[in-house]
Amino acid sequence: MENKTLLLEIGTEEIPAHAMPNILDQLKTSAEAIFKDNRIAIGAIKTLGTPRRLALLIDGVATRQADVSEERRGPSSKIAFDAEGKPSKAAIGFARGQKVKPEELITRDGYVYAVIHQAGRPTDELLKEMLPKIICGLSFPNNMRWGDLDFKFIRPIRWLVALLDEEIIAFELANVKSGRISRGHRFLSAGEFSIARAADYIADCEKNFVLVDQDQRRAMIVAEIEAVAKEHGGRAEITDDLLEEVLYLVEYPTALAGAIEQKYLSLPAEAVITPMRDHQRYFPVKNFEGALLPLFITVRNGGREYLDIVRHGNERVLKARLEDAKFFFEEDRKKTLEEHREKLKTVVFQEGLGSVYEKTERLEKLSSKIASMIKASDADRAHALRAARLSKADLVTGMVTEFTELQGVMGREYAKLDGEPIEVAVAIDEHYMPRFAGDAQPQSTAGRILSLADKIDNLVATFSRGLIPTGSQDPFALRRQALGIVNMLVEAQWSLPISELVDEAMDLLGICDDDRREKMQSDVADFMKLRLKNVLAPDIRYDVIDAVLEEVDDIYAVTLRARAVEHFLNAPDSARIVQAFVRAGNIAKKSLAMSIDEKLFEADAEIVLCKAFNAVKVVASELIAKRDYVGALEALQKLAQPIDSFFDSVMVMAEDERVRSNRLGLLKSIDALVKGVADFGKIVL
Amino acid sequence: MKFQELVFALQKFWSERGCVLAEPYDVEKGAGTMNPFTFLRVLGPEPWNVAYVEPSRRPADGRYGDNPNRLYQHHQLQLIMKPSPDNIQELYLESLAAIGIEAKKHDIRFVEDNWESPTLGAWGLGWEVWLDGMEITQFTYFQQVGSQDVKPVAVEITYGLERLAMYIQGVENVYDVEWTAGVTYGDIFHQNEFEQTSYAFDLSDEAMLFDLFEKYEREAVRVIKLGYVHPAYDYVLKCSHTFNLLDARGAISVSERTAFIGRVRKLARMCADCYVKQREELGYPLLKKSEVKA
Repeated sequence: MENKTLLLEIGTEEIPAHAMPNILDQLKTSAEAIFKDNRIAIGAIKTLGTPRRLALLIDGVATRQADVSEERRGPSSKIAFDAEGKPSKAAIGFARGQKVKPEELITRDGYVYAVIHQAGRPTDELLKEMLPKIICGLSFPNNMRWGDLDFKFIRPIRWLVALLDEEIIAFELANVKSGRISRGHRFLSAGEFSIARAADYIADCEKNFVLVDQDQRRAMIVAEIEAVAKEHGGRAEITDDLLEEVLYLVEYPTALAGAIEQKYLSLPAEAVITPMRDHQRYFPVKNFEGALLPLFITVRNGGREYLDIVRHGNERVLKARLEDAKFFFEEDRKKTLEEHREKLKTVVFQEGLGSVYEKTERLEKLSSKIASMIKASDADRAHALRAARLSKADLVTGMVTEFTELQGVMGREYAKLDGEPIEVAVAIDEHYMPRFAGDAQPQSTAGRILSLADKIDNLVATFSRGLIPTGSQDPFALRRQALGIVNMLVEAQWSLPISELVDEAMDLLGICDDDRREKMQSDVADFMKLRLKNVLAPDIRYDVIDAVLEEVDDIYAVTLRARAVEHFLNAPDSARIVQAFVRAGNIAKKSLAMSIDEKLFEADAEIVLCKAFNAVKVVASELIAKRDYVGALEALQKLAQPIDSFFDSVMVMAEDERVRSNRLGLLKSIDALVKGVADFGKIVL
Repeated sequence: MKFQELVFALQKFWSERGCVLAEPYDVEKGAGTMNPFTFLRVLGPEPWNVAYVEPSRRPADGRYGDNPNRLYQHHQLQLIMKPSPDNIQELYLESLAAIGIEAKKHDIRFVEDNWESPTLGAWGLGWEVWLDGMEITQFTYFQQVGSQDVKPVAVEITYGLERLAMYIQGVENVYDVEWTAGVTYGDIFHQNEFEQTSYAFDLSDEAMLFDLFEKYEREAVRVIKLGYVHPAYDYVLKCSHTFNLLDARGAISVSERTAFIGRVRKLARMCADCYVKQREELGYPLLKKSEVKA
């Protein structure tokens, strides 16, 4: 069948850069689904985008919808045919209703069927309805209306191009009629241009100074930035986030460098980079030793003409921002962090939960508790406590008030300048980690202690106000913090009971009511459980995760148990062993007591099992205490054979109640020991 | 181009495009949006095109006249077009050309900025416009004002006049901007900046301001209940400015802040509701006129 190329271009006012990747994905998915629903075969599908346009380019579009045959069931054969085998009234009526002749009905499985052939309609006709549907099917984080329309889109739609090869697919949406007229670059092109054939789209755009293909544009941006950086003897720091944003801020990129006055480079590097990168979307440039060079690179939405004007303008703006930063820095330095800390008394932590000053007092106590739990050295403890005291002092400095993303970073820099030990400075910075999904974890012991203290305090405080994250609602980023706790405990290999920290945090926050305390413990445990699940999910079987999640107080141990069980299940005869454990566990549910009286054993098999248990128990308990769960499972599996023999020859439910409960007691004891590693009943064999 | 020539040029440009050229409103306010020519007039179905300069007071932004960019009071040129024209971006870029900013020679970008004013119960979507990396304009399609849907949608364009003038004149300090030949911005405003900042940060009488807030609030409610939206709205503006003064003084804690904003929003909403009803009762005079014209 003949194939054509389809172009749909939605011309808009500037779409927010951060929304573009998702919109382009949606556009593709939605187009694929709608073409499939309409039974139109298509080839390669490509979505393209710039700030001012979303485009869909599809190759190999069949010119007709696929024909379709549908069978519709009618009356049963018994009713459909009379004694001579001729169609009955019922069959004739059914055939008429389906617009087929009675003799065309077919019989199968005791029923008659009408076969309806539906010839495919021409694609161009269908597209008139499909294309608006594709556009309307897109959803956005923020919708808007414009003019006097009710129609909503991410930004106003100003033109529409819809071509199937040369042919215009005519439709109207949001008061705009589709056609072949597109618009070029706002400032470089002559304005409107006409597209003759869908397949010419990318080339036509380029002639009009629009690099519509984001992959091509991204490559060009990177090449431009790298060339400019090289020219100045440095290397540009191209972060993915910023590159992706700049990509959707320009249609025709040209990179250029601007100068930074040397005097601003005496500021901490982050204090220079943050206004540059986060506020101005400039790329910082470093020399090959990693030191910041006195220049920035910006990507202009335009060509090489008048670059000096653009450079000068951008230099002025950055200068004003850095001048602000320098002013704040120098003002801040007139006081030490210890002195700034006083002002935290006036800063509310969370409604009804006192000041941030009081929070730092809690952090000192929590840090002390954690230091004891992990048997930290005296130095680590002292550093953690000092860092806890100063941890929030930078929040009231001018620099952090102006550039909030520098919290912790300025604390670190000011602590260094105050002459605090470097460990204290590092811990102040690290305690906010991870600052975003995928960010680094704290590495120093003091940083880890303080980070854990801060996150536990945040969780308990926020939960105490009933603000447990649900759905997309997580204004305090508690999920990220809880995930940070899990990852950090695993990385640090710290075994400690979270519930004791939660208890301490509640004491410090003055949460006394028993019911509230109990609920808090279970809410926090449930919350941590979900994060643990996420951490384990990529490389641990889901049933293994379920088998170890019953008890999550010691998070690091949970992950070790999960890995040990996963390892154990890979052994060839693990299934048999698991079955033995499960069998013992199932019947043990019938008993509560764990007492064993060896004198009451009658059969050889139970005496053997009891002996085996006594021997294994000593070894396994010791290994479990050392968190050697692989070793513990190796020891435990020695019980499988005796368990099997026991069940083969011993009747658990003996008539003598004492004998019966003694046997149950033995099984219960075995089950309890095994469950110290995992609940094998959850394992899917 | 002198500061006042910049203002003339923009006024002329928008005047020629059918806008009412209005004068600033004479009650203190933080932004041109609070002028009743915006806040009230964007409500309801009537068309409305207006441009005016608005001296805007932001007590917390004052720097005693010491900072080259930050001001207690700055000037906005505010434009409202309702319904928003289809070619509004192009019109805006033409207006820049009218003050000597040729797009081809610069890097002009529309960078997402979703505007929200909790005090006015208003929000909209749009951009900040960047000229070679500098924000020169807020460009917003109002979606809600006074907690009411804005329909048809009004577009608001707010030019930061000081920034534009500094850029055009190539000066690094706002006080060096030439207002007209031989008279600088500093000559006119520096002492005012120093005094107003000192007052807002150091000298204002907190107790009196709290008292005034209460009184203004009561009066606004009393008058709005009588159905007189314009005098009531003046008191809403006074509440808002009084709140800003208290805020700059550090007299309002974080938690109280939300409550104060809520009180002003409630008043603003009452005015918006009352205004919409009033226009309906008047039979939407501007709507009739535009129909006749069409």
